[in-house]
Amino acid sequence: MGAYLIRRIFGMLLVLLVVSFIVYLIFIVIPGGDPAERIAGKVATPGNVAAIRHKLGLDKSFIVQWFDLVKALFTAKLVSYSNQTNVVSQIRQGLPATFSLAIGAAIIWFGFGVLVGTISAVTAGRLSDRAITGLALIGISLPVAWLGLLLRYFLAGEGGGVSWFPDGQYVSLTQNPAQWFYHLILPWFTLAVLFIGFYGRVLRSNILDTINEDFVRTAKAKGLSTRRILVKHVLRASLIPIVTLFGLDFASVLGGGAIITETVYNLHGVGWYAAQSIQSEDLPPLMGVTLFGAMFIVVFSLLVDIFYAYLDPRIRLS
Amino acid sequence: MATTSQEEFTLDTAAELAAEEGGAQIQGKSPWVLAGRRLRRNYVALTFLGVFFLIVICCLLAPLYVSQVSHVGQNDVRTGATIVEHGKKVNVISQGGTKIVNGVPKIVFGGVPIGPQWGAAGGKYILGADELGRDIATRLLYGGRNSLFIGVTASAICTTLAVILALLSGYFGGIVDWIISRFFDLIWAFPVVLLGIALGTALSVNGFHHFGINISGSNLAIPIAVISFVFIPYIGRPLRGQVLALRNREFVEAATAQGAGSIRIMFSELLPNIASSVLVLFTLIVANCILTEVGLSFLGAGVHLPNPSWGTMIQEGSNKLSTAPGLSLFPGIAIALTVLSLNVFGDGLRDALDPRAKIRIEHG
Repeated sequence: MGAYLIRRIFGMLLVLLVVSFIVYLIFIVIPGGDPAERIAGKVATPGNVAAIRHKLGLDKSFIVQWFDLVKALFTAKLVSYSNQTNVVSQIRQGLPATFSLAIGAAIIWFGFGVLVGTISAVTAGRLSDRAITGLALIGISLPVAWLGLLLRYFLAGEGGGVSWFPDGQYVSLTQNPAQWFYHLILPWFTLAVLFIGFYGRVLRSNILDTINEDFVRTAKAKGLSTRRILVKHVLRASLIPIVTLFGLDFASVLGGGAIITETVYNLHGVGWYAAQSIQSEDLPPLMGVTLFGAMFIVVFSLLVDIFYAYLDPRIRLS
Repeated sequence: MATTSQEEFTLDTAAELAAEEGGAQIQGKSPWVLAGRRLRRNYVALTFLGVFFLIVICCLLAPLYVSQVSHVGQNDVRTGATIVEHGKKVNVISQGGTKIVNGVPKIVFGGVPIGPQWGAAGGKYILGADELGRDIATRLLYGGRNSLFIGVTASAICTTLAVILALLSGYFGGIVDWIISRFFDLIWAFPVVLLGIALGTALSVNGFHHFGINISGSNLAIPIAVISFVFIPYIGRPLRGQVLALRNREFVEAATAQGAGSIRIMFSELLPNIASSVLVLFTLIVANCILTEVGLSFLGAGVHLPNPSWGTMIQEGSNKLSTAPGLSLFPGIAIALTVLSLNVFGDGLRDALDPRAKIRIEHG
């Protein structure tokens, strides 16, 4: 276990290094042209451009620039091209909103996903199963941006219906817990709908596969109650693949992947911060957020593997 | 189709098919023909396939709609235009001021576009106008052309690349497999939408000017390239697994013994065996590519204005919800219907061809 962990952590650092190189390629190499000229603006003198080029280290070699980028990120010195704000501190400011959104939505989508998938599998072929299967298909077909706007229009007083809910914005948890909850209800459900549909579908087919396994027949033969078989045997085995999905989806949302939901509801989180810099073509914030998101996925995939071995002792970590 | 829960995940056998089709001759038919017969009896899937083709045909007929019905082009700005509605002249964009309604003066806000006219204005502004007086219905059709074109082309490119990589990886194994698998892992390590906007923004700053290829920043090729790239591992990974399992089967050994080369084994022996999964994955990935295009364009990293796409239309309407809700709501309905029809048909196709194929993708 110890050796496994050390090897995995070492591998993880290697992956992050390569990920940072890819981010460097995407943002510095692909755009082409001269970044210094772009930053200097349209009325810059050649001297200005040269000064900027030197200041940002753009006159250095390829490898040195990449190294500088990684260093700037880890020492929190990466600044935005357009308004010179510090990228790392901006990301840090976005964390409360992003984490609130991610954790709340994850609880909703995991809970409802499991509930819906189980009901659907247990009543397979009947009306409730058909209804759930149909709704799940609709859930995974809705564009998130549109769903968010639809809820705002009909439920948040944007003109088309009632105003039961506040129209976006984030209220800090420490400032006012009740308002924090109230403001996040719509964003949570907007983000959760797609995942509920997807998890419900996956769990339904997992349960239907598991029901035919030998150990379930054995449990039945022992005379265990249906409820006990379902919860302790079938559900436990069926949930294992869901854990992988959940770990990676949760990581992606924590790392700013819920960018559309954050933008629709004007929640000033990490994803929102990235979205703001798209219009101004301000690359360092995007660079920072992309790396930040990838970091979460890489770390969580290790956690998922460890948790997986705990859930299913047949799996050996090697 | 089998209806009980126990049978649901097994394919109808040839004998069952024959029995249900009045004893029609089934022996000696290829698996594709059998799958076609299964699909033929899945009326829900076929209906939704029809819906999808209906949407595609409507979007393709957009120029006809402009010349025959709406008489307003996709990018025609008509801020000062008036239309005749029930014999009265109405401004497309309200002028502002006061208006007497039942003897009571009422303030009218300026700059509010006209809502859906349905048939009242003789085919003009059927779904209303946006704040520049552009016809929403016209833009919806042209936007659909862009969104569908990006979705289908990106899926085709993505699937082709993923199939080639999966075949190389599974067939050669060893170092080739290691490199390709690590490549999949790397793309997988980024949240889809973040990687999409990162690439989309970086590419649209100056366009793409490397390796002798020159593409401008607003070209549709950029969202197509970005979307096809981010989805490669989602198709490549499951297919690689299948190729790996087929690699050591007898028919591959037999082909090798006959002196078949690597290319021949990969494309004439292995590819036909994964073709049904490829078809299912392709259908489902089209749906996901369309959703991704919508997400990227909504965030400003996909199709660039003034070109309409369903995503840019939702974005344009997002801050005019209270005055012009149709601007966002109608394209959303079109997207949901398109994606739903592809998902339902994809499910039906999978039931008919390959009940084990699974695909998952996230959108934030």
